[in-house]
Amino acid sequence: MRLAFLCSRIRIEEKLLLAELERRGVQFDRLDDGELVLDFHTHQFPYDVVFERSISFGRSLYALQTLESWGVRCINRAQVVATCGDKALTNLALTKAHVPTPRTALAFTPEAALHAIESIGYPAVIKPVVGSWGRMVARVNDRDAAEAVLEDRAVLGSWQQQIFYIQEYVQKPGRDIRAFVVGDEPICAIYRTSEHWITNTARGGKASNCPVNNRVGELALQAAQAVGGGILAIDLVETLDGELLVIEVNHTMEFRNSIDTTGVNIPARMVDYVLSIRSERHTAAPAMPAAQPATAR
Amino acid sequence: MTTCLECDAPLTFPPDLIDGEIIPCADCGAELEVLSLSPLQVGLAPAVQEDWGE
Repeated sequence: MRLAFLCSRIRIEEKLLLAELERRGVQFDRLDDGELVLDFHTHQFPYDVVFERSISFGRSLYALQTLESWGVRCINRAQVVATCGDKALTNLALTKAHVPTPRTALAFTPEAALHAIESIGYPAVIKPVVGSWGRMVARVNDRDAAEAVLEDRAVLGSWQQQIFYIQEYVQKPGRDIRAFVVGDEPICAIYRTSEHWITNTARGGKASNCPVNNRVGELALQAAQAVGGGILAIDLVETLDGELLVIEVNHTMEFRNSIDTTGVNIPARMVDYVLSIRSERHTAAPAMPAAQPATAR
Repeated sequence: MTTCLECDAPLTFPPDLIDGEIIPCADCGAELEVLSLSPLQVGLAPAVQEDWGE
């Protein structure tokens, strides 16, 4: 079973994962998605399992869909990436599985979006369906702000920016929760505390340990299963009356601030999972014919 | 000595540097990508794209 590590930018997370694979003596090749050529005619790809860590949603989505159609086992699966990379699709999957989420509406014109916002009530949050790290997420406190943001998106944004994903603003206790699920287990979680309403650690939120042997762990696992499972990070928020809601699920999770905070060796747990999938595949199916790698380095 | 392509300040590298790693310039904050280890070469890292994230 040949393993490929698909990546582009080497974040701290990729460096930790590569070091963990090397520490265990795992044979693998690192593939740069920027150099990848997927020939629909030849189907040449000499790997059986791909551990996907691309920073680009678009590249990973198309690469994994192609590779899975060729019989390659991808972690995470293409369908999971497609779902988690789009907040609307994520919310649909969560709702279908009865995972609680904030009140949400979708609209396709600024006028309809404004109507949706006023139905939900101020403050409301406007999010792009595709995007991460809290970018382009706007809390609007009144009609003037809503009209300004919607007009900007309509005039300046790509077509995806004009898929208006509107969500109620959840009053929270100055923090939210990032829970990590690997396979069937919620392995750890952190609180992300910030004075700003956006609490992403990428935006300055401070991490502290959050227990997972409780409703947080249960709900995180339920959310992970709702989107198809794998290696996932679930963002949850607590309402002021103690209810937990799932905001989104991340398929190429960042965890640099959560290892020391939780005491859990997250990259080791991720590699455990990848190797277990590789072993299952080795048991289940014969190796695919090997071809010459075009982009290994 | 390898220097920042943006401000020419000397760059500091970790001992376990790997190909492709992103190194921030301590002086100007520019992000440099390690293009090769031997010889050590860096380039300006690509700017963040709309679909980047986790």
